[in-house]
Amino acid sequence: MSEPSNRDAAEPPRREVGHGCVTLRQLTVAYRERIAIEAVSGALAAGSLTAIVGANGAGKTTLLHAIAGLVAPRHGSIEISGTQAPADLAYLPQSDSIDRDFPISVLEFVALGGWARIGALGRVPPELRSRGMSALQAVGLEELAGDLLGQLSVGQFRRALFARVIVQDAAIVLLDEPFAGVDAATSDDLLRLVQRWHAEGRTVMVALHDLEQVLASFPETLLLARKAIAWGATATALTPEKLVEAGLAAPPRGPGPRLRLAMPS
Amino acid sequence: MNLWSTLVAPFAEYAFMRSALVACMALAVAGGPLGTLLLLRRMGLVGDVLSHAVMPGAAIGFALAGSALSVLSTGGLLTGIAVVLLMIFGTRLGAQREDASLAAFYFASIGVGILIVSLRGTNLDLMHVLLGTVLAIDVPALVLIVTIASVVVAVLALIFRPIAIQSFDPAFLRTMGGSDSAYRAIFLVLVVLNLVAGFQAFGTLLAGVPLLLPAAAARCWAQRIGPLVGLSVGFGMAAGYAGLLVSYHLNVPSGPAIACAAALIYAVSALVPAGRTLVTAFNATRPT
Repeated sequence: MSEPSNRDAAEPPRREVGHGCVTLRQLTVAYRERIAIEAVSGALAAGSLTAIVGANGAGKTTLLHAIAGLVAPRHGSIEISGTQAPADLAYLPQSDSIDRDFPISVLEFVALGGWARIGALGRVPPELRSRGMSALQAVGLEELAGDLLGQLSVGQFRRALFARVIVQDAAIVLLDEPFAGVDAATSDDLLRLVQRWHAEGRTVMVALHDLEQVLASFPETLLLARKAIAWGATATALTPEKLVEAGLAAPPRGPGPRLRLAMPS
Repeated sequence: MNLWSTLVAPFAEYAFMRSALVACMALAVAGGPLGTLLLLRRMGLVGDVLSHAVMPGAAIGFALAGSALSVLSTGGLLTGIAVVLLMIFGTRLGAQREDASLAAFYFASIGVGILIVSLRGTNLDLMHVLLGTVLAIDVPALVLIVTIASVVVAVLALIFRPIAIQSFDPAFLRTMGGSDSAYRAIFLVLVVLNLVAGFQAFGTLLAGVPLLLPAAAARCWAQRIGPLVGLSVGFGMAAGYAGLLVSYHLNVPSGPAIACAAALIYAVSALVPAGRTLVTAFNATRPT
């Protein structure tokens, strides 16, 4: 495994981001009898930025869980290529999957992002602290580094989750509803981070609800309603007919005012 | 009666008091960190259920070989681990919600254990199994307790990080390639080991005392993990020492006396919110 050579430089070391590519083939995931996603095929190209859009219960979280290895496919396969290690993947869960009462400081929590390179037993390298601090600066939480995780507000906690993803420095980044329940300023800040990751060449997939945000900021879209309704360029994936098919829009009586499908340049 | 004869002489004069004290200290050292983690994982009652899971095995050991410590402990360890495996695979198979199956284990263990001991032994034997005999701890028992406590502390020190993460963010551990259920199983086996050690001193009814009560009291005073562990070890030791003294001077059973001392520490801790604000005020003014 190639390590960065500029270890002693003042800047935190930034390695070459791998070209993570995810290929799904007829992916079906089920919890006992209930099929959550069915026969989804497609690929996340290296360096792509993809939104997953779908109604509640459409299987967005399940799909991210499957790619992250948290749930095994019933049928079909997931192939991840171009990454340096199995853990070269960062998954940002919905906030309620983490018990925030556990007494861990914000900085410690963020530094967990270095786990892939330390492992369960390895010694914590001193530079991890500075990497954690610079990640906290990037999300605007450096003042709260010593606070307990449970003292953060919802929006601050989401920022801390993003900071952990920054420290993970992974080729593939999966975000599950990262903007849900946070105010507009936080949402804007976090979206900028997502765009930065995209610009750095990471492969990013984000489950989200705000269609206007998807249209404005996400080049690719997977429209999911247990099956993949559409997967491709956002403008072609989010047509009114397909949104109706996905249960995200009422059948048309006239052109809906909020569904202007103008793509930004 | 002076301070010396009240506080020190019982231990200076009697070897059984010294053995009991060492046993209580060892149980406090291992029980502090384990109990703290149990409570942080919201698994306090699981610890209680596991302490009863030790009982049927110990009872079978008693029926087969009398009160030989090695047999009792091995039996208790085996049923304890069996229940841990059932808990992990049972909830994975999804037969029942965890709390439902735990309630079933709890009563089944007590019922079966008491039946088996009653078939072969006297009421006194039953009392020993239920409440333990901390004053009758001999050298082999002491060696067993201290060994278990050392193993628990060593293993916890080694894998504290994954166990802590498994407690609050298991999905992260799994995306990093760690095994969620393996660490959960290791942790629960450590709990069972500690309960097997505590069983000899406290019996199945009270084996959870050095594990849970000091850790519960510590949570009233501290928020961070280091102080939590340190305080629970300290409280556990204090309860052991005070309980043994009370038991000696008032001629009452020692296990329940230690349990009452620990409960008193908890009650005082829970009733002194000023202490909590003191600690948090100190933390808040600390420069970061």
